[in-house]
Amino acid sequence: MRLIVPLRGVIQGRGGLFVGSLIPCCLFYFLQLYLKRRRPPPSDPTELPRTFSRTNLFSRGNSIGRVRVSSRAVPVAKPSDSPYYIGLERVKTDPYDRMTNTDGIIQLGLAESTLCFDLLQRWMSENLMESMMQSDDGEFDISSIAMYKPFEGLLELRVAFADFMSRIMGGNVSFDPSNMVITAGGTPAIEVLAFCLADHGNAFLIPTPYYPGFDRDIKFRTGVELIPVHCRSSDNFTVTVSALEQALNQARKRGSKVSGILFSNPSNPVGNILSRETLCDILRFAQEKNIHVISDEIFAGSVYGDKEFVSMAEIAGSGEFDKTRVHIIYGLSKDLSIPGFRAGVIYSFHEDVVNAAKKLMRFSSVPVLVQRILISLLSDVRFIEGYMAAHRQRIRDKHIRFVEGLKQLGIPCAESGGGLYCWVDMSSLLTSYSEKGELELFEKLLTVAKINATPGTACYCIEPGWFRCCFTALADEDIPVIMERIRQLAESFRS
Amino acid sequence: MTRTEPNRSRSSNSDSDKNSGNVGGGRTTGMRVIVPLQGVVQGRGGLFLGSVIPCAFFYFLQFYLKRNRKNDESDNSGEQNSSASSSSSSPNSGLPDPTRSQSAGHLTELTGLPRSLSRILLSPRNSGGAVSVSGRVNCVLKGGDSSPYYVGQKRVEDDPYDELGNPDGVIQLGLAQNNKLSLDDWVLENPKEAISDGLSISGIASYEPSDGLLELKMAVAGFMTEATKNSVTFDPSQLVLTSGASSAIEILSFCLADSGNAFLVPTPCSPGYDRDVKWRTGVDIIHVPCRSADNFNMSMVVLDRAFYQAKKRGVRIRGIIVSNPPNPMGSLLSRENLYALLDFARERNIHIISNEIFAGSVHGEEGEFVSMAEIVDTEENIDRERVHIVYDLSKDLSFPGLRSAAIYSFNESVLSASKKLTTLSPVSSPTQHLLISAISTPKNVQRFVKTNRQRLQSIYTELVEGLKELGIECTRSNGGFYCWADMRGLISSYSEKGEIELWNKLLNIGKINVIPGSCCHCIEPGWFRICFSNLSERDVPVVMNRIRKVCETCKSQN
Repeated sequence: MRLIVPLRGVIQGRGGLFVGSLIPCCLFYFLQLYLKRRRPPPSDPTELPRTFSRTNLFSRGNSIGRVRVSSRAVPVAKPSDSPYYIGLERVKTDPYDRMTNTDGIIQLGLAESTLCFDLLQRWMSENLMESMMQSDDGEFDISSIAMYKPFEGLLELRVAFADFMSRIMGGNVSFDPSNMVITAGGTPAIEVLAFCLADHGNAFLIPTPYYPGFDRDIKFRTGVELIPVHCRSSDNFTVTVSALEQALNQARKRGSKVSGILFSNPSNPVGNILSRETLCDILRFAQEKNIHVISDEIFAGSVYGDKEFVSMAEIAGSGEFDKTRVHIIYGLSKDLSIPGFRAGVIYSFHEDVVNAAKKLMRFSSVPVLVQRILISLLSDVRFIEGYMAAHRQRIRDKHIRFVEGLKQLGIPCAESGGGLYCWVDMSSLLTSYSEKGELELFEKLLTVAKINATPGTACYCIEPGWFRCCFTALADEDIPVIMERIRQLAESFRS
Repeated sequence: MTRTEPNRSRSSNSDSDKNSGNVGGGRTTGMRVIVPLQGVVQGRGGLFLGSVIPCAFFYFLQFYLKRNRKNDESDNSGEQNSSASSSSSSPNSGLPDPTRSQSAGHLTELTGLPRSLSRILLSPRNSGGAVSVSGRVNCVLKGGDSSPYYVGQKRVEDDPYDELGNPDGVIQLGLAQNNKLSLDDWVLENPKEAISDGLSISGIASYEPSDGLLELKMAVAGFMTEATKNSVTFDPSQLVLTSGASSAIEILSFCLADSGNAFLVPTPCSPGYDRDVKWRTGVDIIHVPCRSADNFNMSMVVLDRAFYQAKKRGVRIRGIIVSNPPNPMGSLLSRENLYALLDFARERNIHIISNEIFAGSVHGEEGEFVSMAEIVDTEENIDRERVHIVYDLSKDLSFPGLRSAAIYSFNESVLSASKKLTTLSPVSSPTQHLLISAISTPKNVQRFVKTNRQRLQSIYTELVEGLKELGIECTRSNGGFYCWADMRGLISSYSEKGEIELWNKLLNIGKINVIPGSCCHCIEPGWFRICFSNLSERDVPVVMNRIRKVCETCKSQN
């Protein structure tokens, strides 16, 4: 939006003088008429003269009026109108349970995994106590977990993290612990990066559909805007450089400064994996435009397809590019299924970003107690190897089962190779091929079929009818229940 | 952030203009409609009033819309975002757009130069320069690295004192961690049960509410009630848990003030506010100096003056941050003080952030600790809404590594906003479960609070007496981990420079790390904050010897 200044016309040519004075004059005139109409009847002239601040007239005991919160907190405080959060809230009120609440809402909206609980549980019961008692004499050393420790994470943990990350990314890339900052989950990691890379009012380009949580993580406090770069089903929702270029130029025309590109790989919600060529293209594009690249690789270990996952760190480390513009986000919530630990990491090649993030970690650091457990968890190579293999295998099985079920109903899914979800094309169920039709279907799914799936609108997908369904928290016997519910809904449409 | 400031002040002027205009109109019998070209019809004034005022209003309206657009977008961003990028028309105002594109096109034709609003377009495609970080991160990067506070911490990290291992190391008297006190009492008794109970698989492997489990909130409310000696009960539904007091204060600053607004903070104050309040939220701090002559008590007159001075400069004050027990002085705020504060906030219609992180560490016999929650307990809702309390579990439980603190607020909007913001600084599940098992039994809590008080008291008395023998007086402290020591007699020149010189001597000759008053924004030089909760009783004589050494070198120089 640009400002129209009165008399702009004198400076800039034509139109300004006319528009800049006629419009405000008219508006002002109507405002006065409006005010005049709305005014209460004239008050009694004997009343006290009204002063500028009426507050002085009140006695101490009477309060003046409600104190206001900051204007930027108001949108945060308001309940969200994104279907993503609406769905999550609704599930909370009536969650499905195989035994006790068979009529409840089934959660397909939250990307969490319960597939490998048994393995985690076994490890915890065997190793938990030892992991916390790290003192030499085997005694429980309280000061090792109680005291202030460096906010960016213990060096041991960063080493273990680096090792773990290169392990799950196929061993093709190694990570330097000194470029690493441990954060309390992926969410703070993204916020801190947004704060460090862009000023208030700047923007990131982000290929759509994208993870609906980014809106909160990035926009809430940092004031950074997200500019969607639309991808289409014909490309299987893969971003192209020409689309990036176009979005960038449009943004610049509107006067907003683009500071970087943010994308998820494997992408969330589609689940496709970016090829080496695409990553190179993106980085080359960023270099050309001198902007940052943030690669959210939080699902890097949840790859189940045949396609190989390539980390942006590998591309950046190839020597072909200036790597200081590359920043990577990773976390354990998805791949190790321990969201409760709130452990994430920022990996950046830019020294200033690392230093600033270290300092900002005072606001979202991981407690030492948790760090101790993580150190021994991540350094237990045998467990990790076994766990990751099982994790991948079980997602693959579940994915096949889920997609197969949908296929039988005539509902196709986008091709995917990673993540805890699939991207389902329900456009055949839409009453009208539009955003409205999609939201109607979402509402029907929620109230009639009692399934909470995230509609594409929440992910800013421009094609209506796509839904994200997370299947990794389901048991095998839940899948027929879901399919039956969808089938019934589809039939009710037909009749 | 700073760029928006002039706009803000101007638009607030226009607000007041509007008010006074309306009021002025109110005094005459009926409101007159001012029409452009009225002058032609009605005589004088019309042309001017009828065009300048509306043009000005319109201009400010556009500013206002422009500023608020970001918020709108984040709410119902779906359509707006997509439409904004697919077609270049902006969703909020259809009016300005056509003219914009016309005049912009015209402009380039006229001058022949591609003059545009943003210079970005001019920069060459292949800019070889390194990519830059955001401007606002620079203040974080530089953020006080040269201040004695951080220099001292660094020195201790490099060369920490250890009674056996490194007896020549630097003794840490700068960091408020409560290390030897009462730790063993609760964790050692049942660490295994406490931790392993908490770490059941459901606790770690699923998303739990980031603002704290209800169980934990109830436990924390119980603990706070105990810490305030049962004088007031806390409602768990008004609690939001965050990872550490720093993030609690940051979240409150974000919710209560906009970028460019300010908080009043009586000094001397905690050195941490500079980063917690300012770094990311863009909120300013206006220091309100208190003096040793008043025993560092804040006076309402000075607060008032600071408030009006800020207002004159066009800075909007949104609240006042007080610590109780005050950090670093440790003298408790009296009930009268708190009422006066509430009256002040009510009159000016601002918020109060009461930082009660040391509420459980009140060790003095005299004076009682009164929580702000108790003061507003009997007040009307409208007043309670302006009060927000920060409470730190890790300080009182001597467990800073746990990183857990709480916001206690009476304001619905603040609560719901901060609940959402806690995903950005969450308390991890293992921590939550550990805390639940530690503080949910009232007996444990009582014993814990009692032991903590006793141990703080004994070490405080010892330290203060030791300092007295050296001729160093401290202000009377009843709470917190600090002594506020008056070393004015030791500084060579009565100035900040003299104070830093003495601090250097203490660090390099005496090998103790204390915090100079200038870090706490104290306006009188020569005061030092000594944190004693780190010390064991055996360490006190060592500290005294080291200070004596410094005293002697000072005296010999003088």
